[in-house]
Amino acid sequence: MKSDALWLRAQVITAVRDFFRERGFLEVETPLLIPANAPEEHINPVFSLPSSWQLQTSPEICMKRLLCAGHEKIFQISHCWRSDERGSRHLSEFTMLEWYRANRDYQTLMTDCEELLQYVATVCIPATLCFTHNSARFNPFDTWQRISVQEAFTRFGNCDVWECLSKGCYEEILTSVIEPALADFAAPVILLDYPVELAALARVKPENKCLAERFELYVGGLELANGFSELNNPLEQRRRFAEANIVRCRAGQSVLPLPGPFLDALGSMPESAGIALGIDRLVMLTAGVASIDDVVAFTPEDL
Amino acid sequence: MYTVADLKKGLKIILDGDPYLVVAFDFVKPGKGQALYRTKMRNMINGSLLDRTYRSGESFEPASLEERSMEFLYKEGDHYTFMDQQTYEQVVMEEETLGDAKNYLLENLKAEVMLFGEKAIGISLPNFVNLRVTATEQWAKGDTSGNDSKPATVETGYVLRVPPFIEEGELIVIDTRTGEYSTRVKG
Repeated sequence: MKSDALWLRAQVITAVRDFFRERGFLEVETPLLIPANAPEEHINPVFSLPSSWQLQTSPEICMKRLLCAGHEKIFQISHCWRSDERGSRHLSEFTMLEWYRANRDYQTLMTDCEELLQYVATVCIPATLCFTHNSARFNPFDTWQRISVQEAFTRFGNCDVWECLSKGCYEEILTSVIEPALADFAAPVILLDYPVELAALARVKPENKCLAERFELYVGGLELANGFSELNNPLEQRRRFAEANIVRCRAGQSVLPLPGPFLDALGSMPESAGIALGIDRLVMLTAGVASIDDVVAFTPEDL
Repeated sequence: MYTVADLKKGLKIILDGDPYLVVAFDFVKPGKGQALYRTKMRNMINGSLLDRTYRSGESFEPASLEERSMEFLYKEGDHYTFMDQQTYEQVVMEEETLGDAKNYLLENLKAEVMLFGEKAIGISLPNFVNLRVTATEQWAKGDTSGNDSKPATVETGYVLRVPPFIEEGELIVIDTRTGEYSTRVKG
């Protein structure tokens, strides 16, 4: 029943807040309506007419400016909008949790993920302590595997990730071969070290310039969170935004404005790491339901 | 033209010249990746199922299908002829396309015929049709074999199970959705 899911949703959000408060994080609220998001190749913002401002696709721009201003541990739960994204795991308006840590890298975030999921399971599903997806259970207290993207493509898809990227079948292999294979693990799984072209805002690995310090958290093959060591080189960031706009332009997509004040501030951002986690999907896993429709009060179609 | 953003269950599109009905749809988008639109479609002419994945930017021609009220005229070999009572236009459907509907087609029966261009590709019948029993065995009084039904042939040649008390020449109601006996038409 939906009312059960809504109670569980409220419980999950409370648990998430408690988790971060207990660890000394500052909860922040940044504006939802902004002049520019970080331009990305495959993310389309929702524009707010008649002004040219956009609803946030992620709170990252403002949260990183708070890191520049000296805040070291911050989190936010907010709504985000991405145009034309609707499916059994997507809503155009959805709820995102993001947290950022100054002076840490993506390894610390992976540990945060383990502790957060264990915390949520303990508070919200004490009977089983397990998340459920497609009727299978996933125990966050079991050992989490950390698998590099390169290894995942070789091991589960018997193919090379670079070749898939150049052939344009990366998304197909990832969603139809790799993600289903991750559901065979009894615990959540982390895929890490993505090809740098798939990480517009992440830092490059010092020992391998082709890879970025980015990871994705999967539970039962469902993508739950995306985190990385933040790029804090304004020149490099500007170049990557321009590249994203060139790709958009070639694909017939609109060219997006650049977030100027963010780029200006980026030079003063300490080494940091940040991550975005889909709250709706976390509730889906907690409630054991297959559709995102089942964990929100209203879908766009209900309105 | 439709774009990938229009894809949803129930949409009818043309693919390789045939009309297809989208029977399942999902939007998939891996983090930082391109969106994929996964569909399962049924060919509306031969019923075969097809899985197709699309990316943004692709477009589709809508399948314009028209449903028209028509009357069944006659059968010739495997061909069944229907006529639009308003325009007197006639269309021919093959037995294979009709499927189970052929069991209930009696002259002058009104049905909704699905047209794809000039071609009739499907039919929907009234839920209930009345057909006369042309052959069935006599019910032996005192039969204790415990059978609560017996075979009967109706005027279209269709054979179904009916209750033992139904006699030759009686008019019965058949549910076209299940093909089963529903009730007897009281004379």
